[in-house]
Amino acid sequence: MKRPMQHTITVLVENRPGVLARVSGLFARRGFNIESLAVSITDDPTVSRMTIVVTGDDSTLDQINKQTWKLIDVIKVVDYSEIPIVERELALIKVTAGVEQRAPIMQIVDIFQGKIIDISDTSFTIEVTGGIDKVDAMENLLKPYGIMEVVRTGKIAMARGSHTAMS
Amino acid sequence: MKMNGANALIQSLVDHGVEIIFGIPGGVMIPIYDALYGRKDIRNMLMRHEQGASHAADGYARATGKVGVCFATSGPGATNLVTGIATAFMDSIPMLAVTAQVSTTALGKDSFQEADITGITLPVTKHNYLVKDVNDLPRVIAEALYIAGTGRPGPVLVDIPMDVSLAEIDYQPVTEVNIRGYSPHQEIDETKIDEAAELIAGAEKPVIYAGGGVIASGAAAELLELSDRTHILVATTLLGKGAIPEEHEHALGMLGMHGTAYANHAVHECDLLIALGARFDDRVTGKLAAFARKAKVIHIDIDPAEIDKTVSVDCAVIGDCKEVLQKLLKKVKARPETDWNKQIMQWKSEFALQCPADADKLLPQCVIAKVSEMTKGEAIVVTDVGQNQMFSALYHKVSTPRRWLSSGGLGTMGYGFPAAIGAQVGCPDTPVFVICGDGGFQMTLQELAPAVEHKLPIKIILLNNRVLGMVRQWQELFWNGRYSGVDISVQPDFKMLAEAYGAVGMRVTKSSEVEAAIAKAMEVTDRPTLIDFRTSQDENVFPMIPAGQSIEEMMVNRPKGS
Repeated sequence: MKRPMQHTITVLVENRPGVLARVSGLFARRGFNIESLAVSITDDPTVSRMTIVVTGDDSTLDQINKQTWKLIDVIKVVDYSEIPIVERELALIKVTAGVEQRAPIMQIVDIFQGKIIDISDTSFTIEVTGGIDKVDAMENLLKPYGIMEVVRTGKIAMARGSHTAMS
Repeated sequence: MKMNGANALIQSLVDHGVEIIFGIPGGVMIPIYDALYGRKDIRNMLMRHEQGASHAADGYARATGKVGVCFATSGPGATNLVTGIATAFMDSIPMLAVTAQVSTTALGKDSFQEADITGITLPVTKHNYLVKDVNDLPRVIAEALYIAGTGRPGPVLVDIPMDVSLAEIDYQPVTEVNIRGYSPHQEIDETKIDEAAELIAGAEKPVIYAGGGVIASGAAAELLELSDRTHILVATTLLGKGAIPEEHEHALGMLGMHGTAYANHAVHECDLLIALGARFDDRVTGKLAAFARKAKVIHIDIDPAEIDKTVSVDCAVIGDCKEVLQKLLKKVKARPETDWNKQIMQWKSEFALQCPADADKLLPQCVIAKVSEMTKGEAIVVTDVGQNQMFSALYHKVSTPRRWLSSGGLGTMGYGFPAAIGAQVGCPDTPVFVICGDGGFQMTLQELAPAVEHKLPIKIILLNNRVLGMVRQWQELFWNGRYSGVDISVQPDFKMLAEAYGAVGMRVTKSSEVEAAIAKAMEVTDRPTLIDFRTSQDENVFPMIPAGQSIEEMMVNRPKGS
């Protein structure tokens, strides 16, 4: 069945120089589209964890999983498409905030359970954490006030319950 | 034992059974060549271009089944290996390429003869390493050889900076390899074996499509038993030639773009296609929507990523071909010959390959058929790429695995001659023939020097049509005869060229001289022999299915009026 959609996969890799290039190079040369990619060390310092959001139909996803597995430095690939997960992304949003705009912006931040982490006479810098939809929604609501800069971490994800990527 | 990194590298190779290296030294490679100096248990064959070294290591690997090893220095030495590494990668050939690198302190500073060879070879190696600590070196060499030779084989590159070669290490042999991200042995799923056996039992028109995986896993005996027991006929890929003896009545020869008409008809009409160690390459399938469209497909392969990559299959069995076939043979019952067999045999006689009877012309396919007849399946035949390769695939009959060496996936012109050197070094008692065109031969002919130096009695069958023939063929058939960039009629006298290198040179211009010339070459035992066959210039390879099309567009002979 062909249906282009977003998938979240987690890739556990050896924490060595060049491993990110191996994974991203594979995606680039096989024409797999990366929507976001988040990498960091895990509780085991020899292992890094990548959370990759990709778009593609089912057969593309199948190829992505299998080709990524073939890399020697890849320890495990976990496809989160079919299992319940918790997922989060963090964004920092710098928005124009003169005196009159402050109150309505603070209201929006409050509703989204975000935080204002920096303030100047003309701007707020807001921190928000949540699923991709929530971060998108907040960005949209802030647009009318004048967004100056946005940085997002890319999604990270974990399976719900006691199941872990390593198990 | 205390030694430097270079000696630890050589000792590691010896400890893992490596006897020969194909390579060339260079500035930062000197410590490694110093470590080879005077050793009796491992030798370097000094090639004349690093591309030749990588193809020779490839030919050695294909002919012997062992990992082929090549060496090159940093920068240009390393980049010259890349074509050979990519060739081995596309055809799943086990190879270890060791490159020297500038010192770790000079890395990343655009130093003299610095090239990021691990970066450059990322897409064309199974894995690669940059060794920054001498204490890692014995483990890395053990891992590299293990990765190259197990699972789906492939090339592995190890890059060693000069200061690592010079650093001291207390060397201990590494005998065990443990890589947590790599477990090549697959447990075979028995339920899939049952499914495959059921599909075979229920099929009325089955055909086997065997590829290089059958050769790599040593499964030829099992394949023959399966075919004999079930009377299922076998088409092979270019790399699968030799998986079944081609004189066997069940052998259909090669399928695909330049495959035999009967192999392609059988695959087109079959109701069950059993793919064994093959990957549905576009040169095999042509137009995917039309390929074996009436068939259910069983795909047996060691690499899960090949399953459903281009063709969706009905039953996939992941595993080593030999082990899968052994399990399958326990489940598959005998089947008698059927009308389907009769149908294929009828195609086989209707579309039988025949050398055109044209005594006036020296035809490449007739030269190859003569080589095939005179070598009686006992020689290793290596081809170059182009018309010479496709004519050889059609007209040379291979009876044994590892006696047919050809660059399939990458289609590397210049591959043939250096690969033949590797094959002859690996199999000193087997006659080695290389069939090449004048275009490809001129890309790597500098390797005549080491072939003469080592007294290798390789027979070079030069099909000299003074043109880049396969391109010329496409231009004739699909580009209105606009022969752009294919005339290479300004060329050396190849007979004299061979003699200048100290090889035997001959020239043949008439079909009546072919047999005597080959017979004379076969008597030479102490040096290469080159026969310059002045073949007809406008001969085309048929059958042909144009790229991306189906069997309905197959040209069995030259179209009228062209």
